[in-house]
Amino acid sequence: MSTVKFTKEELERYSRHLIIPEFNIQGQRRLKNAKVLVIGSGGLGSPLLLYLTAAGVGTIGIVDFDVVDESNLQRQVLFSVEDVGQSKTSSAIERLKGLNPNVNFIEHNIRLTSENALDILADYDVVADGTDNFPTRYLVNDACVILQKTNVYASIFRFEGQVSVFNYTDEKGNTGPNYRDLFPSPPPPGLVPSCAEGGVIGVLPGIIGSMQANEVIKVITGIGNPLSGRLFLFDALTFETRTLKVHKDSSQPGIVKLIDYEVFCGLNQQTEDVYKVKEITVQELEKLKDSGKDYQLVDVRETYEYEIAHLDGYLIPLGQIEDKVDKIDSNKQVIIHCRSGVRSAQAIETLEKKFGFTNLYNLKGGILAYAKEIDNSLAKY
Amino acid sequence: MAKIIIPTPLRKFTNNLATIEVEAINIRESINALSSLFPDLKKQILDDAGEIRQFVRIYLGDEDIKVLNNEKTPVTHDAVISIVPAIAGGISD
Repeated sequence: MSTVKFTKEELERYSRHLIIPEFNIQGQRRLKNAKVLVIGSGGLGSPLLLYLTAAGVGTIGIVDFDVVDESNLQRQVLFSVEDVGQSKTSSAIERLKGLNPNVNFIEHNIRLTSENALDILADYDVVADGTDNFPTRYLVNDACVILQKTNVYASIFRFEGQVSVFNYTDEKGNTGPNYRDLFPSPPPPGLVPSCAEGGVIGVLPGIIGSMQANEVIKVITGIGNPLSGRLFLFDALTFETRTLKVHKDSSQPGIVKLIDYEVFCGLNQQTEDVYKVKEITVQELEKLKDSGKDYQLVDVRETYEYEIAHLDGYLIPLGQIEDKVDKIDSNKQVIIHCRSGVRSAQAIETLEKKFGFTNLYNLKGGILAYAKEIDNSLAKY
Repeated sequence: MAKIIIPTPLRKFTNNLATIEVEAINIRESINALSSLFPDLKKQILDDAGEIRQFVRIYLGDEDIKVLNNEKTPVTHDAVISIVPAIAGGISD
């Protein structure tokens, strides 16, 4: 380790670390010698990458397959207007190189899958999970367990954040709990957090991602007590914070290989399990409008979504569909839509099964498809 | 009365209340009391067999009830019970 050398510029750059007695040049050497893989360069990934880069981690890998979208800029502070439409990994690396040219960046512009995860993770010392979906969370966890890597975890939802350090092996060789010890399996589709309940206050990933970066630095340098065996919770609305204990669960089967995480999380269900509803495309809806035929358009989103963009449909939020069933016409064609088509399909299933409707059609792709293919002036969200 | 802290994703079932106070002698009674106040919340926490779902943990203070006495864990009048669900991010369908 003492072979890690710093230039005069590096010593000056990191001087605020070097003058902390418990950190000193030894901690800085460990950072420079470390390889960290950041999975997801979005809300959490932005502060994580900025702080790990600024702190002087030697090698940082970034996994993301996405491109920068306008709606990312509310919280993903790595990116700028000119990055919209560009690859997240390359935009991020360009920005981060400007912050610290001493860091070696490795770009993984690819979706992390069961097929490639072990190969990608194998080259790194520490993994930081900043993803936004359950299949990838379990994939990252399981890959870390198999490869015996520490998984610095953070997750956010609306106003709430969680941080923990999973699968951490201390100096005595004891390995702490992993994500499955806390949550053995994910919520099935349809239960919380479900459709229409997305969203995150833009500052929250900044707060939580910064804590995650701090844990990564602690794990690498060996200072302090990493958040292993504990789960930190933050509620931005009430400003309540709690640190709860997490225990290993010996009743859980060992993790020995990666599985199909989409299936594990209840996604991509067999088609026979999925209730089939009649559909209409946005182009067909346009033709219907022009034809002068009588029809009803029902919007099952929430009021706050209607205010972002709407198609002049009759608004009945999904949760009120049974109470307001008398507002839905049974004598003419009824088109039901939501944001992307999932909730409207649920509404149709309920209305057909419980009330015997036969005249309902799901707008395929919802208002998002309409905004994309028919009316570009509508805001996509 | 024991205080139950409701996490953000479940607050739509509690009229956006962040904490609910219930009179109960153990965790099971606390969850039952909460479920009767807010029936739609019940299926989020319990499965069809009445078991606590695998993506939800219940804490008494800072301790997981699984290492105490599960749902039979006694609660005192000043107990703080946390419902902690798995969350994954801010994307929506």
